[in-house]
Amino acid sequence: MKEISCKLLVIGAGPGGYVCAIRAGQLGIDTVIVEAGKPGGTCLNVGCIPSKAMIHAADEYLKVSEMAEGTSPLGIGLSKPTLELKKTVAWKDGIVGRLNTGVAGLLKKAKVKSLQGWARFRDGKTVEVETETGVQVIRAETIVIATGSLPTELPFLPFGGKVISSTEALALKEVPKALAVVGGGYIGLELGIAFAKMGAKVTVVEAQPRILPLYDAELTRPVAKRLDELGVTVLTGAKARVLSSKGDALLVETSDGTETSIEADRVLVTVGRRPNVDGWGLEEIDVDRTGPFIHVDDQCRTSMRGIYAIGDVTGEPMLAHRAMAQGEMVAEIVAGQRRSWDKSCIPAVCFTDPEVVSAGLSPEEARQSGAEIKVGQFPFSANGRAMTLLGESGFVRVVSRADNHLVLGIQAVGSGVSELSAAFSLAIEMGARLEDIAGTIHAHPTQSEGFQEAALKALGHALHI
Amino acid sequence: MAEHVIKMPDVGEGVAEAELVEWNVKVGDLVREDTVIAAVMTDKATVEIPSPVEGQIAWLGAEIGDTVAVGSPIVKIDVAGDATPSTEPSDETPKVDSKAVAAEPEAKPAKAEPVAPPALEKKPAPASVKSTAAGPTSTGAPRPEGERPLASPAVRLRAREAGIDLRQVPGTGPAGRISHEDLDVFIARGREPVVTGLRPDTSVEEIKVVGLRRRIAEKMALAKSRIPHITYVEEVDVTALEDLRASLNATKRPDRAKLTLLPFLMRAMVKAIAEQPQLNALYDDEAGVIHRHGGVHIGIAAQTPSGLVVPVVRHAEARDLWDCAAEVNRLADAAKAGTATREELSGSTITITSLGAMGGVATTPVINHPEVAIIGVNKMMVRPVWDGSQFIPRKMMNLSSSFDHRVIDGWDAAVFVQRIKALLETPALIFVET
Repeated sequence: MKEISCKLLVIGAGPGGYVCAIRAGQLGIDTVIVEAGKPGGTCLNVGCIPSKAMIHAADEYLKVSEMAEGTSPLGIGLSKPTLELKKTVAWKDGIVGRLNTGVAGLLKKAKVKSLQGWARFRDGKTVEVETETGVQVIRAETIVIATGSLPTELPFLPFGGKVISSTEALALKEVPKALAVVGGGYIGLELGIAFAKMGAKVTVVEAQPRILPLYDAELTRPVAKRLDELGVTVLTGAKARVLSSKGDALLVETSDGTETSIEADRVLVTVGRRPNVDGWGLEEIDVDRTGPFIHVDDQCRTSMRGIYAIGDVTGEPMLAHRAMAQGEMVAEIVAGQRRSWDKSCIPAVCFTDPEVVSAGLSPEEARQSGAEIKVGQFPFSANGRAMTLLGESGFVRVVSRADNHLVLGIQAVGSGVSELSAAFSLAIEMGARLEDIAGTIHAHPTQSEGFQEAALKALGHALHI
Repeated sequence: MAEHVIKMPDVGEGVAEAELVEWNVKVGDLVREDTVIAAVMTDKATVEIPSPVEGQIAWLGAEIGDTVAVGSPIVKIDVAGDATPSTEPSDETPKVDSKAVAAEPEAKPAKAEPVAPPALEKKPAPASVKSTAAGPTSTGAPRPEGERPLASPAVRLRAREAGIDLRQVPGTGPAGRISHEDLDVFIARGREPVVTGLRPDTSVEEIKVVGLRRRIAEKMALAKSRIPHITYVEEVDVTALEDLRASLNATKRPDRAKLTLLPFLMRAMVKAIAEQPQLNALYDDEAGVIHRHGGVHIGIAAQTPSGLVVPVVRHAEARDLWDCAAEVNRLADAAKAGTATREELSGSTITITSLGAMGGVATTPVINHPEVAIIGVNKMMVRPVWDGSQFIPRKMMNLSSSFDHRVIDGWDAAVFVQRIKALLETPALIFVET
């Protein structure tokens, strides 16, 4: 097969890779993108998008179930609903499929050449791609590694059979009767809560003393409370061992050292993700690593000239929007523009129930950075819109510097707060002070008023509390 | 609750107004009886105003640097209990605190709203354009080291495309935020070399002139604008005087102060004034009257850590050499320690000014208005002097003296200085009764 030469080659069409390729195409760069699976990567195919589809379906199902039980405070009653998970999954697959096509279309529109197959470095300038029709050699001036990450496997609970990763969890044909979730991070909790709402008996096993250990206890408390309401058993400080000999239970060493058996027809292992650095010839190129990750500088350059890396393969936080921002930046650098990573914050959202948003520094992190801080917190129980949505649990919290009121971090927990993340990260990125947020009219009645009130609270004059 | 009003007290010397130089309290503070509320400054001294009552400060009637007429209300205090509002005429004797004289001016400029880069703001500016008023005046490091420059993504992008390191750009926005305008200013000014080396510094720092500095400024302006100065410089051979001084110091009683040149000069001036009393006078030019004083009160201009003060040796005509020396020492110590009283810092009829080791060859002393003469002492040094057949080393010192030419003719000035020169060159004459 004839060798292809191009200016830019992107390996991996996840959110980082495809954004990089689209932007490069827009800038008139001769670009090729290689992907072994479908365009969109983990995020679109087996991550963010499909999980949110399933979470939404679970929310809807729980809502109507409660109405059928006659417990709805809204006074709505109906007969018992049914859930055909196969149809739900098909609906979800439909969304994923439309987005796959969408990404492919966007790449085409930007005049990017897409190639399906497994790429492998031959040297720093050459990549071989195993396609259906044979091996294609691509020579590129610049190469962007965007190979992403994979679910971490536990050696004593290897994936397969009853032990599944998030990928399989999103494609189950039936709701498991009993689901054990190993790992109480955001992936495990998002999916665990969804399955609990769909009727599964869910047990979460977390080795740390509390769930969502990356967030502070105050922020995660409403989630823990909701887990309890949903009948989810949470074992913290507990270690998953192995499947029982019959294979119908997970053996767990609890915090007090005793061994217990958790009934489970599925065991979902969500103990983190690892960078995808195997099988594509990383060993052929000599790039520095930071732990398991590829080391990059503030322009996403690796230690090898002409090779960039973006997204999960470069480290935490493993978030699609970080990868996208990196991808866009690298495309512009390749086009000769002056760019470097100068973001003030990378917001993070957990689609648990209630949702959790964090942008910038938590109070503890701010203190550790040496700043004298002022914190303002406003509960949704004092927000009218939250009350009308039956979403009174949670709060908005603003962390600012005490001396000049510069906003350092904003967190929220509550129903639907993921949409507030836009305001949070915009405020931090624009260098807002408490007075800027307090002085901005927030539409009534919305949950966003809680944001303004939290800033007012930090300034010492909240109005509605 | 009752309101107690404190008015600007009459701080003496018949002054009609005084400058407020320090607030020790702010609105809302609780004060006890005798808590010092404020410091005001008159001609020479700083006067502390104590609270005569216990209560809470409700109102402050002036800002630092304001000149307030005697009798105007300056503080209102809410007093618990007493139902009738009272106005204290503040007959309480104000404490003269010349310590403040010493400490004040140095502390003042720092407090007087320095134009700091907003990033350094200690207090949050009240979220208004006020903090931007500081303007892009500073050029040095715009923010503390390690502090991240604060700018919106659009500003960051523009800066990057223009190749500008935002760390070098001063931000005038709230919390030191860099705006598009700040970037415009920075670009318009031309990029400055980031590395060391020569570069123009266009910064302008505003320092409010208050307290002692303002007193000095007003006094100097008054003296120079009213008085046509004539300055006369003459050299004096002080070799014999220095020999005498050395032997007197070597044999002096241990309890006596070490003699400097000053007491000799003072005694010489007393002698010369006896012959030319018109030099020891205060000229009230508005009234058109010269007050010729019998007593010779010699002001000694002294540089203290806080600024120029002029302690006064009163009745030098009634003091002998040792007494003059002791009094000069005592006053110098008091002025330096800031414990000199108002009386000790005013009332001179003629002044000596000396810069000691920094005395230079000649100076043009400014008359201490409303006096008519000032004697400036320059640095003493060994110079070759032609004695008619050869050069010999002599200890020489210049006197630079200024006179009010409206009332002192050049001839009289010259005669006065020549008389002092003669006395100093033959110091025995100082002690001869005539």
